[in-house]
Amino acid sequence: MTDSPARRPAGELEAQVLAALWAAGAPLTPQQAQDAVDADLARTTVATILARLHEKGTVARSKAGRSFAYTPTVQDADGLAARRMRTELDRGRDRSTVLARFVSDLSDEDERLLRDLLGDQP
Amino acid sequence: MTLAVWIPLLLPLLAAPLARRLAEQLAPRAAALTLAATAAALGTAALASLGLLAVTGLLHLPYAAALAHFSPARRLPDALTGTQWAPAATAAVLALLLIGALAGRTAHHQLADLRRARRAIGDAPVGLRERLRRTGPATALTVLDDDRADAYALPGRPPRIVATTGMLAALSAPERAALLAHERAHLAGRHHLLLAAAEYAAACHPALRPLRGALGYHLERWADECAAVEVGDRALTARAIGRAALATARHPAAPRPRLAPAAAGGPVPRRVRALLTPAPPRHRRTVRTLAALALAGCLAATAVTTAEAGHDLHRAVETAQGERPAQHR
Repeated sequence: MTDSPARRPAGELEAQVLAALWAAGAPLTPQQAQDAVDADLARTTVATILARLHEKGTVARSKAGRSFAYTPTVQDADGLAARRMRTELDRGRDRSTVLARFVSDLSDEDERLLRDLLGDQP
Repeated sequence: MTLAVWIPLLLPLLAAPLARRLAEQLAPRAAALTLAATAAALGTAALASLGLLAVTGLLHLPYAAALAHFSPARRLPDALTGTQWAPAATAAVLALLLIGALAGRTAHHQLADLRRARRAIGDAPVGLRERLRRTGPATALTVLDDDRADAYALPGRPPRIVATTGMLAALSAPERAALLAHERAHLAGRHHLLLAAAEYAAACHPALRPLRGALGYHLERWADECAAVEVGDRALTARAIGRAALATARHPAAPRPRLAPAAAGGPVPRRVRALLTPAPPRHRRTVRTLAALALAGCLAATAVTTAEAGHDLHRAVETAQGERPAQHR
């Protein structure tokens, strides 16, 4: 709860940085990634995490001025993962409750309720 | 047959609604654990009762009686079996076969879902080397390049948080942190095991089926509260859930499991409302106490009657084997 970000498990921070890279949709420098993560992480921490992700092959990097810019790599060389994902998901109506999804389906009524609760930001 | 053996088959009709009622008055973690434990206990007891009925019937067959070394002069006493043993035992055997089939189907679906989810993220079947290399439960994030918003926790080795690019793009950075914290809570709490327990219990007794949906909801609430603590902001967590759900609705992904019956607003608005409630909602103490006592009574009665039915059968078998039951122990 009150842990400083640096003392959190490495996997947690990696996940946050990786999520920020994917959400950005464009290469990010450590500086930009730091802004995008929105946790009070030092820039050096973010740079270290990015370097570690690069070592694992999770992100690719290119020279951008004095520093590197990082983009997430699709797991499969030819973007096969994405295509496979689509078909698997389509076929895959989960018949068990083994995957805990973040959100379940909304009915029309739910959607209206939800917009009310959130103060109707689309 | 003595009355005792029927009680565990009837009590779930009363205990399951009680457990759901009680769960509504408890904090999410306590609610989930209560529901899972109730389902597991009642499911096991129902299974045991059916087993006892089936065995009693079986022992009336000459071949089984010979195997059990019954002395021909003695039969199972009527006090135990009554005259109606045949229909009851036949029904019990059929019920057990049905339960076996349902449990088998559940296991098949769970494995298939897990395998498909692993395939979707390109995980090769995990070899021994990979398992050994894994250090601790560092729950890695796997991102799927898909516009449709979706995110879930994938249990197993290694445990993974899976999110689509569509989901990540729909959320702000702090909301993404809430999403990740939520899924981490599912994996750290091994919530899939509780769900599996409820799933198999539902196969054992139809009255236990509604507990699955209720448990699913309270597990989500549990993970929501963990996330709210971790990001330190309940309203932010509520917004993350709401935005994620709306993004999902905009790009409907695959059909998903219906975790909760759609009554009085679906599960997502209820979760959001619970997080937006400033203080933990005032629970109705009297209702909670009464429901807890009643449920405890049901569970105790289930345990006692199951044990008694087992004891009755044991004694009857010993009598039929020509031993003197009274002097035992």
